[in-house]
Amino acid sequence: MRLTGAKAIVKSLEDEGVEVIFGIPGGVVLPIYDALYDSKIRNILTRHEQGAIHAADGYARATGKVGVCIATSGPGATNLVTGIANAHMDSVPIVAFTGQVATNMIGTDAFQEADTTGITLPIVKHNYLVKKASDLPDVIQEAFYIARTGRPGPVLIDVPVDVSRGELDYQRKETPRLPGYRPTYKGHKRQITEAARLILRSERPVLFVGGGVINSDASAEVKKLAVDNHLPVTHTLMGKGAFPETHRYSLGMLGMHGTRYANYAMCEADLIIGVGVRFDDRITGKLSEFATGAKVIHIDIDPAEIGKNVGVDIPIVGDAKAVLKELIQTVDALRKEENSPDLRPWHKLIYDWKKKYPLNYQLEGKLKPQYIVEKLYQITRGKAIICTEVGQNQMWASQYYKCDYPRRFISSGGLGTMGFGLPASLGAQVGKPKDLVIDIAGDGSVQMTSQELATAVIEKLPIKIFILNNGYLGMVRQWQQLFYNRRYSGSCLKREVSPDFVKLAEAYGLKGIRVTDLDQVEPAINEALSHRGAVLVDFQVEEEENVYPMVAPGAPLYDMIGDILYPVEKIHPEKAEEPFL
Amino acid sequence: MQHTLSVLVENKPGVLARVAELFARRGFNIESLAVGTTDRPDISRMTIVVDVADKSFEQVRKQLHKLINIIEITDLEPQRAVERELMLIKIKVKKESRSEVIEVVDIFRGKIIDVSKDSIIVEVTGSSEKLRAFEDLVRQYGIKELARTGRVALSRG
Ligand SMILES: Cc1ncc(C[n+]2csc(CCOP(=O)(O)OP(=O)(O)O)c2C)c(N)n1
Ligand SMILES: [Mg+2]
Repeated sequence: MRLTGAKAIVKSLEDEGVEVIFGIPGGVVLPIYDALYDSKIRNILTRHEQGAIHAADGYARATGKVGVCIATSGPGATNLVTGIANAHMDSVPIVAFTGQVATNMIGTDAFQEADTTGITLPIVKHNYLVKKASDLPDVIQEAFYIARTGRPGPVLIDVPVDVSRGELDYQRKETPRLPGYRPTYKGHKRQITEAARLILRSERPVLFVGGGVINSDASAEVKKLAVDNHLPVTHTLMGKGAFPETHRYSLGMLGMHGTRYANYAMCEADLIIGVGVRFDDRITGKLSEFATGAKVIHIDIDPAEIGKNVGVDIPIVGDAKAVLKELIQTVDALRKEENSPDLRPWHKLIYDWKKKYPLNYQLEGKLKPQYIVEKLYQITRGKAIICTEVGQNQMWASQYYKCDYPRRFISSGGLGTMGFGLPASLGAQVGKPKDLVIDIAGDGSVQMTSQELATAVIEKLPIKIFILNNGYLGMVRQWQQLFYNRRYSGSCLKREVSPDFVKLAEAYGLKGIRVTDLDQVEPAINEALSHRGAVLVDFQVEEEENVYPMVAPGAPLYDMIGDILYPVEKIHPEKAEEPFL
Repeated sequence: MQHTLSVLVENKPGVLARVAELFARRGFNIESLAVGTTDRPDISRMTIVVDVADKSFEQVRKQLHKLINIIEITDLEPQRAVERELMLIKIKVKKESRSEVIEVVDIFRGKIIDVSKDSIIVEVTGSSEKLRAFEDLVRQYGIKELARTGRVALSRG
């Protein structure tokens, strides 16, 4: 089939099953946009390229499919950079197309030329500069394959305008030819057996799950392993939903703003089974004091993650789902041989911690952001897809909105990108049109990509944006309060001056609601949820509320500060589950 | 500790940049790097010498492996590999020293490949230590310029 380069790109996208792309056109991608005009692929015009790639990212996280975005050369491409880095850190499958100046102009500092493959080299899983139209089908097929297999990640394809205009014979290979790319899926048999024995012999095990479980669709296996073997489970921010948070074995999130009981459990454990996690510094606290008494089993598809930060006793390279399946079977087979210790004392200890140190906050005084998230959780019965911005709002969302299923909590983990939540929620809504999608936002973050409110209205995406408006770059202010003597340098957003979020919402055609008092919270949430279109709610909350508990940067994990310890009964008791057995 | 990595890569534009960038970003220092095609035109071999602690070396190797264009990585242990490096060196010569210099060149099985009034260019091949020894010996006569290829290596057998 004889096609132009641009038509071959569109044909390839159709062959990959792409249903939607997010982007903004410009000179050198006009041939591609022209070809898209005749395609069934939905073409969503965002208001900024960063919006396009975060939307593709949210779409990918919510659906498990590859997100696709497109931008023009030069400034269009550089506007994608934050989103590429974001997807790279959180292992999100994205294929990003960028236009490039014509091949004979490359290297001449032509109009809107930027070295896009050079700029993005450290933040992609792989990238391509396509030199000939005839390379396009192979390159695109490879790009999708690389993006979604192994440890997923972003792949960028830079297409010079003459390549889009050129012609080729379109042919699609059965499978892409990638001699240097062979991810390991099956775990090493002997290692799995050793891991199984360790699990059966441990007295204080903790199963520690992350984003890799969600990428590998392994939450059913995690649950089975945990339930069969009575393993308490803690998760990272990226692992939220990998194991039901309302399950009595759940310890909630660990780390800097994790629960006391999760962090204590990690510190006291004699065995940590990490699955699809990176042991990053927000999780481990002071590395030299991290889980000193524990053996570590680490299951990950990326061999480079194993032993990178924390010493590992049993490394298992492989796909989480495949390895866990084997592990479950092996543990079962060996159970009779092993005289497993009684886990009841361990569960009793955890139960006591849960009773003694529940997540808590003081409800008195001005409107509290935690209360809003709690109410939202109750009213939606935990059924919404939650996207977050970055900062305090993100941590409160993760602490107080429990999540029982994978792909329903979407947050910028590794990069911590303010402005991610709003466009990500658009993408999630596109991918999951029947679901309720909510962006729990901060007043600072949301202003970084607020132009996408137009996209929400025009594309009829009924997202609900709940701004926990504290008038500050709150997380920054919190650190300044705690570690810089309350010198709030450059962190006050002056909400009483600008913006008026309700008017902003209305200007874009959304419904806008303002809430200042406790008793307005529930009606406002109900009103927002029952409105058919997109809604923005401006919750004017306490300015100086902090996220607690907190492990100060550089402190060991057990050293948590800030939460109220006594008397527990008086302050919003989070009911601890009865211990098992 | 010094490690010699023999790396087979797809012969595609940008591969060298990817490798160099990875080393720079992860904070690993490259001691030497030599690239050339193999018997197959679509595959090149990079010989990379790095000096890192063993734990970091594992990281280098694993991170390198993640580059899509890298096909195979071998850590060449010195006992089980042959290693060579080529050096071109322009040495100052005076009438009195000329024969002395030539004698040193002979001992090192070097080749004189260019001669002018007050200097000669010598080609020496061998292990890095041998080249260093040669360089040390001729320094007294004056080295005008020097170029080394970086190490290339193959595993024995
Ligand atoms: C793009 C970007 N710039 C700066 C930061 C540093 N930063 C982390 S949290 C934060 C404050 C976020 O403010 P807001 O969105 O109002 O959230 P809050 O913490 O108040 O809930 C800042 C500035 C960041 N994470 N991302
Ligand atoms: Mg704020």
